[in-house]
Amino acid sequence: MTLDLVIQQLVNGLIVGSFYALIALGYSMVFGVIKLLNFAHGDIYMSGAFVGLIAFSFVGVWVGNGWAGVVCALLVSMLAVGLLGVVIERFAYRPMRNAPRLSILITALGASMVLNGTALALTGGRHFAFNTDLGFAGLDVSAVHITYTQIVLVAASILLMAGMQAFVSRTMYGKAMRAVSIDMGASRLMGIDVDRVIALTFFMGSALAAGGGVMAGAYYGSVHFFMGFIMGLKAFTAAVIGGIGSVPGAMLGGLLLGLLEAYGSSLPFVGSEWRDVFVFGALILFLVFKPTGLLGRSVVERV
Amino acid sequence: MSDGARTLPAAAQPPLVRRSHLLPGLAALGCALVLPHFANAYVTEVATTALLYVVLCLGLNIVVGYAGLLDLGYAAFFAVGAYTTGILTSEFGFNFWLTIPVAMAAACLAGVIIGAPTLRLRSDYLAIVTLGFGEIVRIIARNLDITGGASGLVGIERPEILGFKLMQVQHFYYAFLALALLAVFVCLSVERSRMGRAWFYVRYDEDAAAGIGINRVSAKLQAYMMGAVIASVAGCLYAAKMTAISPESFTFNQSLLILLGVVLGGMGRIPGVVLGAILVALLPEVLRGAGTYRPLVTAVALLAIMLFRPNGLWPDKRG
Repeated sequence: MTLDLVIQQLVNGLIVGSFYALIALGYSMVFGVIKLLNFAHGDIYMSGAFVGLIAFSFVGVWVGNGWAGVVCALLVSMLAVGLLGVVIERFAYRPMRNAPRLSILITALGASMVLNGTALALTGGRHFAFNTDLGFAGLDVSAVHITYTQIVLVAASILLMAGMQAFVSRTMYGKAMRAVSIDMGASRLMGIDVDRVIALTFFMGSALAAGGGVMAGAYYGSVHFFMGFIMGLKAFTAAVIGGIGSVPGAMLGGLLLGLLEAYGSSLPFVGSEWRDVFVFGALILFLVFKPTGLLGRSVVERV
Repeated sequence: MSDGARTLPAAAQPPLVRRSHLLPGLAALGCALVLPHFANAYVTEVATTALLYVVLCLGLNIVVGYAGLLDLGYAAFFAVGAYTTGILTSEFGFNFWLTIPVAMAAACLAGVIIGAPTLRLRSDYLAIVTLGFGEIVRIIARNLDITGGASGLVGIERPEILGFKLMQVQHFYYAFLALALLAVFVCLSVERSRMGRAWFYVRYDEDAAAGIGINRVSAKLQAYMMGAVIASVAGCLYAAKMTAISPESFTFNQSLLILLGVVLGGMGRIPGVVLGAILVALLPEVLRGAGTYRPLVTAVALLAIMLFRPNGLWPDKRG
């Protein structure tokens, strides 16, 4: 592997990794609070990309297809899809909160399929172009050209994640979230409005996923109804690598997974068609040898 | 209080089939036996597909309904069976019947590789890992030379029984009917066995089950492997019937349909699962004109069942 390739894959890995990290963070937050793997998370990411594209095509007329348009689309999508997350929680997950574990999981799967099926029915399965006008200006490191867009995307996702970490660790609502994740019943007795905290968690997790969706859509220039499926799987893998339930763990796991994928698929004897096998191989190895992940706490409790 | 309690001595094993189920069961079997003589080729074909789903749903029911584990990659084991038969007969000239034990062994091995590490952890992890496993199997099938890549395998040998070659739709209908009956028999016996009771306890309360000396991990692993073996045998026969298989028959959607069949009729109950399987097989025929709306209909059905009728369309009256 030449130095150029190493740098190129570092850039690729960091970008993909920061998308993974954003999605994994939402996964982890929801899991932390209600101990549920939100299967719909990947599809929320996909919905975010579509809502972003719709918003972009409207605001683009006024503010242009450059950064202003993308940022507007990002904000609109995060807000709308955050609310979508709240709605899903209210109508699909809340009625099941005391149901057997298996029923909750199947319900979550059903919610995921409804989002995916709706997107398929509305789009007819077509790919939609996300034509942005972000330019190719950038820095040259050795022979590798790194665009400003790439730098901004990585910086923006790090900023979003840092904001989330600050919210969870500094604010009153963040404290309530942590309390609910430790003991829901006791939190209720202490006067915390548990339903509201859970709704807020879904809002924030879904908004992050939507942010990731818009950024990925704008970066790759294309949006598709099936994009959430594999992303959901990979974000889960990232969350497990970092330690599920841990905010810094999700970021670390996402970036590591992105790098693993980038370097793994550029090895001479494995092509990019084996990239996903690499990821799931990593997931299974982690579950065997370090199920708590790199930064997670013990997961001995069983439900 | 009930009739059953009065007529049975307290220590006797309950019968394999409850008396109230015997007559309807035999009537259904009679209808199934004579169906090809009255139906045309199209109906027989759909009925054969329905029987395939009956086998697959009964297999998944052991994992989901009995042991309470969510398996989202069940089609992978179906693929393992189909590809084992496909490769061994077309590349190595094996007799069809000899490929079945090989497929069962391969499914067992795959079940242990996936199940052993994940079944120690929370049940959610199994769901996602099996989802990943389902994708891995499909990607492998798409990219290896021996599996024929994206276009799959063609020219798979048709099986012979005592010099009689299975060729027509009716032949395979009866082959799948025999397999479905075998699956029902396996499920009935396993339900009442020591292992079946262990699954029941593990599903209701893992910690209590562990407390009375049940090895949770091995009980779950047994359920997972038994489900895998049933799917692989169904895959063998499927490959022989189709004579051509491709990775697209074993997608995540296939796993979802099988799961829907289990959930629709009523998890953990054989009549419910059989009903669910038949409904799932009819679904594409009913929704022929629906096009891209088809997955949405499936999804809404699954979600509605879980929210409004969590015990399925045909729940157990005993509660």
